[in-house]
Amino acid sequence: MSSASRPLTEEPERILTYAQALNEALHEEMVRDQSVVLLGEDIGEYGGIFTVTRGLLEDFGRERVIDTPISEGAIVGSALGLALTGYRPVVEIMFVDFVFVASDQLFNHVGKACYISGGQRAVPLVVRTQQGSGGGKGAQHSQCLEALFCHIPGWKVVAPSNAADAKGLLKSAIRDGNPVAFLEHKALYFQKWPMPTGDSPIPIGKARLVREGRDVTLIAYSKAVQLAVSAAEQLAEEGVMAEVIDLRTLKPLDLETILESVAKTKRVVLIHEAHRFGGLGAELAATIQEKAFHYLKGPVQRITALDVPIPFNRTLEKIVLPSIGAIILAVHSSLGR
Amino acid sequence: MTNSANQEPDLVVLYGKMYQIRRVEERFEELFKASEIYGSLHLCIGQEATVTGACAALRSEDYITATYRGHGATLAKGTSVRAVVAELFGRETGCCHGRSGSMLLTDLAVGNLGCSGIVAGGIPIATGAALSARLSKNNRVAITFFGEGATNQGVFHESLNMAGLWKLPCIFFCENNLYAEMTHISKEASVERMADRGCACDIPGVVVDGNDVEEVYRTTAQAVARARAGQGPTIIEAMTYRLTGHMFGDAQTYRPKAEVESWRARDPLRVARRKLEDRGVNAGMVEEIHQRVEAEIDEAIAFARQSPEPKSEEVSRYVFCEPSANGRA
Repeated sequence: MSSASRPLTEEPERILTYAQALNEALHEEMVRDQSVVLLGEDIGEYGGIFTVTRGLLEDFGRERVIDTPISEGAIVGSALGLALTGYRPVVEIMFVDFVFVASDQLFNHVGKACYISGGQRAVPLVVRTQQGSGGGKGAQHSQCLEALFCHIPGWKVVAPSNAADAKGLLKSAIRDGNPVAFLEHKALYFQKWPMPTGDSPIPIGKARLVREGRDVTLIAYSKAVQLAVSAAEQLAEEGVMAEVIDLRTLKPLDLETILESVAKTKRVVLIHEAHRFGGLGAELAATIQEKAFHYLKGPVQRITALDVPIPFNRTLEKIVLPSIGAIILAVHSSLGR
Repeated sequence: MTNSANQEPDLVVLYGKMYQIRRVEERFEELFKASEIYGSLHLCIGQEATVTGACAALRSEDYITATYRGHGATLAKGTSVRAVVAELFGRETGCCHGRSGSMLLTDLAVGNLGCSGIVAGGIPIATGAALSARLSKNNRVAITFFGEGATNQGVFHESLNMAGLWKLPCIFFCENNLYAEMTHISKEASVERMADRGCACDIPGVVVDGNDVEEVYRTTAQAVARARAGQGPTIIEAMTYRLTGHMFGDAQTYRPKAEVESWRARDPLRVARRKLEDRGVNAGMVEEIHQRVEAEIDEAIAFARQSPEPKSEEVSRYVFCEPSANGRA
């Protein structure tokens, strides 16, 4: 972690990549709690294909960093068995697209285990996976599937947009005691961010006000926060002050922060990289109109991926994905321009 | 009904457990017809020797997972009749506070990690419990009960591979009742013996008469001893037959009456009863068991009828865990 020691300001500031921050969170939680074990494909000897688990096998051994066969159903199912018998497994599903292979265990078993047992079974299980477009990975390695997890009761869903949040939220997810889908973004792993001092967990269920504004609220999460911030910067140049909210946790939603902002700006644009139809934006839009209809000066707008499988071709992929330009157009339209 | 002493269990006790399971389910059938219980009902009538013999080879702290045909499994592992009956009545006093019903019975206190409504759903969970036993070196084992139809599911093979690879203390217990729901196994499986499916993962398979509770016990006890000794998993294929339909209301057009009758002659309760008679156990003692079981069930049904429904305001309770879950204080 050479970058971590390089001071950029007078105060020595720690800079980490998203992957390094996740690695630190795992390391610290494994030191703190012996019951934390990791399972996944190529997470041990190889260190994870995005390097998130690098070095953990050496530090914690094969009984706590478990390289598994490529068997997503059995990985998640056996992690559930571990969770019910005293362990706090953290599973890595290499690409979110592979959760479909494990979907019976994830959605019929893990998410419902506590409820259908009348509260006997707690499931302290984190499923770490990564999603989103990474440039040419194609239709089965680029999806954003947060809506699936959000739809099934019993899951909490987290999607960090930066390294500091990744670390703080992963610590909370591991300590939570319930199933948490921890959705990383493949394009963020090697971006660098300053880290806060101390390493207190970031609470699940709390959004972050990234940028204050008065004219419109941009709500995003994961990598789309960067689009929202870039759009807000460009809008500021023309005098439009956009407020940006990073949801951080998708379920449970931090409605308080959302509604407070809507009451102030009265205009909302939702941004996500997942497909439009039935996506989280639909849920957010519905909730905002239910709870804050009278504040709104116009329709809640959504900037999302098109309802098209993610194409390989670079130009087509770009067309499918949300863009800064589209956000700015939506803001203009909401302002009647 | 687990066995901490590792001694060959008394056939009288095994018979009593099988009779309890049989009568609980026959009473469920009556209650279902009378619409006192509702939802789904998958009976294991005719298969009582499998779960009874297998669980007799376990300690109370060992784990099981089972299927939607799981009343017998959880009773055999030690869940009270009251808790099961009240659950099928959907009452707050049921083992899952009325949230599971017949198919999803769970009783962590006796090591039942859960029944699953999905074919093969419990198999990887037991595999994980066996991994847990391995990691914590607590010398426990896990048995997962499933039907022969489940051996056609991907996750069965994934779990076998994992258990074989890591030599986990997991017993894959296939209750082969010849029908995957309504289809004969000869039309579904590429092999004749489900136990043979372990060979792809270097896991030994044994076939046992699933209607002979003592044979089931002995076979399971060997597999359990092997697992505790760190020698890895075993597949047990117990040949049995369900004497009722796949679920309540099944017209059973798919199987000849003569076949059902031939298996009825080998009803596990009859088999055990005959052995008891051969060994000179007097009829009075058996009658006493019957009366005790009947009284226990009568009491449980009365208890369930008088038990409160879950509170409406608690409909969302248990979506997420409470501090007491998983036995945590």
